[in-house]
Amino acid sequence: MKPAPFRYADPRSLDEALAVLSAEEGAKVLAGGQSLLPLLSMRLAAPAVLVDINRVPGLDAVEATGDGVRVGALVRHDALLRDAAAARVQPLLARATANVAHPAIRNRGTTVGSIAHADPSGEMTSVLALTDGSVTVATPEGTGTVGWRDLFVGPLETSVTGPAVVTSAFFPALPERSGTAFAEVARRKGDYAVCGAGVVVTLDADRRVSAARAAYVSVGLVPEVHDLTDAVAGAPAEEADWAAAGALARSLVEPDGDIHASADYRRLLVGVLTERTLASAAAEALGKVA
Amino acid sequence: MTTKLFGEPVRRREDARLITGRGRYLDDIGAGALAAAFVRSPHAHARITGIDVDAALDVEGLVAIYTYEDLTGPLAEPLPVLIPHPQLHAPRTGYPLANGEVNHVGEPVVMVVATDRYVAEDACDRIVVSYEELPAVVGVDAARAAEHAVHEEIPGNVAARHHQETGDVEPALAASPHTLSFTQYIERSACMPLEGKGVHARWDPDDSSLRVHTSTQASTSVRAAIAAKLELSLDAVEVVAPDVGGGFGVKIVHPWPEELLVPMAAIALGREVKWAEDRREHFISSAHERQQRQEITVGYDDEGRVTALDVHIWHDNGAYTPYGIIVPIVTATQLVGPYDLPVYRVVVESVYTNTVIVTPYRGAGRPQGCYAMERTMDRIADALGLDRAVVRERNLIRPDQFPYDHRLTFQDGRPVIYDSGDYPGLLTKLKDLVGWDAVEERRRDAERRGKLLGAGMALYVEGTGPGPYEGGHVQVLGSGKVLVSTGLTSQGQGHETVFAQIVASELGVPIEDVEVTTGDTRRFGYAVGTFASRAAVMSGNAVALAARGVRAKALRIAADALEVDPQDLEIDEGVVQVKGTPGASIPLRTVAVLSNPLRYAFDEAARQATQFAGPADDSRPPVAEGDAPGLEHRDYYSPVRSTFASGAHAAVVEIDPATWEIDVVTYAVVHDCGNVVNPMIVEGQVHGGVAQGVGGALYERMAYDADGQLQNASFMDFLMPYASEVPDVVIDHQETPSPLNPLGIKGAGEAGVIPGTAAIASALEDATGRRIAAMPLSPTQLYDLVRDETTERTAQAARRTGVPA
Repeated sequence: MKPAPFRYADPRSLDEALAVLSAEEGAKVLAGGQSLLPLLSMRLAAPAVLVDINRVPGLDAVEATGDGVRVGALVRHDALLRDAAAARVQPLLARATANVAHPAIRNRGTTVGSIAHADPSGEMTSVLALTDGSVTVATPEGTGTVGWRDLFVGPLETSVTGPAVVTSAFFPALPERSGTAFAEVARRKGDYAVCGAGVVVTLDADRRVSAARAAYVSVGLVPEVHDLTDAVAGAPAEEADWAAAGALARSLVEPDGDIHASADYRRLLVGVLTERTLASAAAEALGKVA
Repeated sequence: MTTKLFGEPVRRREDARLITGRGRYLDDIGAGALAAAFVRSPHAHARITGIDVDAALDVEGLVAIYTYEDLTGPLAEPLPVLIPHPQLHAPRTGYPLANGEVNHVGEPVVMVVATDRYVAEDACDRIVVSYEELPAVVGVDAARAAEHAVHEEIPGNVAARHHQETGDVEPALAASPHTLSFTQYIERSACMPLEGKGVHARWDPDDSSLRVHTSTQASTSVRAAIAAKLELSLDAVEVVAPDVGGGFGVKIVHPWPEELLVPMAAIALGREVKWAEDRREHFISSAHERQQRQEITVGYDDEGRVTALDVHIWHDNGAYTPYGIIVPIVTATQLVGPYDLPVYRVVVESVYTNTVIVTPYRGAGRPQGCYAMERTMDRIADALGLDRAVVRERNLIRPDQFPYDHRLTFQDGRPVIYDSGDYPGLLTKLKDLVGWDAVEERRRDAERRGKLLGAGMALYVEGTGPGPYEGGHVQVLGSGKVLVSTGLTSQGQGHETVFAQIVASELGVPIEDVEVTTGDTRRFGYAVGTFASRAAVMSGNAVALAARGVRAKALRIAADALEVDPQDLEIDEGVVQVKGTPGASIPLRTVAVLSNPLRYAFDEAARQATQFAGPADDSRPPVAEGDAPGLEHRDYYSPVRSTFASGAHAAVVEIDPATWEIDVVTYAVVHDCGNVVNPMIVEGQVHGGVAQGVGGALYERMAYDADGQLQNASFMDFLMPYASEVPDVVIDHQETPSPLNPLGIKGAGEAGVIPGTAAIASALEDATGRRIAAMPLSPTQLYDLVRDETTERTAQAARRTGVPA
């Protein structure tokens, strides 16, 4: 349980980080290390160089504007969890980060790192998808934006390859007349979810459901957003058949089984969590419609 | 007792050290030592066809590589079967390093020694071991089916057939008004001390001696094993258990391969060598416990009284049997619990599988026995439509039946004779504590909240404090310090506190003056070890006897000095004084100085002592015949047989019928360990035990696949309950002193874990109305169980709902 030999670089600028990454095949970016270091210790990963970006300035800001929330690559889960401005613009951020592991991990682990790690049992990958977010990627050729659909390729695999640093993630603001909810079932408090659900419900001016969307944790190989509007479209928010939306969700997902949960059990939880979170999100949305 | 320390909730004196980082655990020792790491088998069952170390030889910092070929003399022989038994007809043990065949994933094959652990692991990565895979036997049912053999020459996979009976069970069953038969399973879990195993060895070439620190529960026996296997004089070997970060049973097994190989390398290389087990190693190469298949037939009358009990258990002992059949024997003999069973027959077939060895884990076979017996009580209650508490009550041994002879033979080879107890008292207290008679009300309330609620209970009797002996040494210094030493080891139980309380009480000194050392063969050479809830019973009584010896000698010397009768003296707060006569006194520390006729005045204490020293009697030697210099005494406690503690637990669970999540909402414990030395420490033991009981019932399992690969060999996937999963525990005490030992105490270490699985299974069954016949149970399994039309409904559920089963 000791890592294989690796070299360590701690660049002081993004350019310097990219230069090291360009020079070394198999160099790996280190931010919070909460996923990477266990992989190293178990020798499941053996990068030649770790490029520690913690001393690169300018990557640690949470910027909340009317359009959305931009989260820098060095923002810890805990900082995002406690950022009131971010929570006002996009409440899913605080709601989801509250479900990320335990305080010790949230204090070190970064939200952007967890997205770049692309673990389908991570909370923040799903939130990026549900909010239709994107990441900013710096490469030696320049800086670009990658939308979530193009980002996630497979479990622990993104389209960001070669020398690159994901410098931030952008989560668009919650639309008006909308409510959100996020819930998980985990074997133990703070564990990776057996199943998690994040939802957004949007109402029209007549307090009827105009949109209901959901994304799940630990369901599927990459984050997916499921539009459940058909099951509840036009229904008054107080009376919408959320169970029907849950049933629709169950028919849309294709979970896998593992030692903690069968595929069938995950499908059950998708239905239950969908129904519960949609009802809660709708109640929140109702409070925003005059 | 001259002071009131015995029985008081004295705060643990070791905690300040342990929780502020001043503990000295194995890996804190030998910072400059070479590090050992192991290449371990990746296969559950295979022949080794070659070991190629060439690629590792280039690794900078490599010091040595050892394979089986490098072992000589006794080290090249199989590891010992520690506890042979006539019914263990086919014992097998591994070698310190695999000799041509591996029988479980994790078996050590090559040891690498290098400048540090990183380098050692780099070298391990480059060593290529070739294998020819053999079919793996995984799980008790596969072992029983015996399509394949773990050990070629044992085709049925049966290591032992342990059999005991107290009468003719078949006619008794035939004559019973009712019988029922069922089969149930319990899964593997493991000890999981936060500190894994570890060994540090230092060879002193100047005086040809070896000092070994090991994270063990039995330092004296590790010492003897090392001396025997490395062909050293016992005098040349010292073994010290430093602070040990938890044991729970796994560290009683000895010698572990590493406990021999690390000293071997230290001697061969003339350098300090250390190995500290990592978590993955602990999962795949230490020990597990608990998997059994239990086939039970019980006869009973209309009142629910058991008329005969016939139990056939298949016990998974893993790949080898170094610890004999202790766990099967404990299951077989402790299964009977607090019940008066007219006829009992038990057969335990202990079978080999290609998995990690099975040796005692806190409870050591008792949780399984309790699960068998208590679920039998539940089944009888269900069949007859009786309250589960009522059926239990009707079968209990009555207080006037003690001593109660079960006509069975216990793990120590002695009869299972219960020394004392009050089981109806336990049950009454438990019902009050958990609110047993209000459960239906709570069930209705839970239903209104959309939850399924159920309650369960389980009782147990635990044989504790088996012999053969422990010893204690107590010495009063001229400074007034009282040194206490006992050979058994500590893994966090609070021995420093408890033994100090006992000695302070017996001797009449302030507890602050008492210093306790455990598990150091330099201080005490004879010991058995810390297991089987025996430390307080065994060493507690031993240090008490040693303290009494010191007290008697102190009174004799003081009586001489004060020219009074020893009978008229007492010791209080470290001062020997004449009862009822203020002023006529002598400090105990001064008595200590007087006890030694060589009285160089190095310090004030010695100078003060001279005023008490009488004129020398020229006709007598300074040290009288039969006497010895010094105020010290060594004594041993050796019990005629184990003493039997008891208890009763109840659990109330709530289940979310949408997600099948399980919440233990109430957990009640009534506990009887005889006279309690320190109630706070006993409650702490109970709390920890309950946490492990809840873990074993709802979270923990060793998820082996069919190839014998452990799928959850990390704390990410092996789910020990966090504090957030452990319920609040309410505790009530009952004290029925043991008549077998001077202090009247019974063991408390394992008790908390024993009934958890049984009580929670009962509660889950009560909540769901579905028969629970396999534990542990997770939400995903519960979901499968309730939607499976073939799952048996309980009769009680049918009665409650009006729907026939």
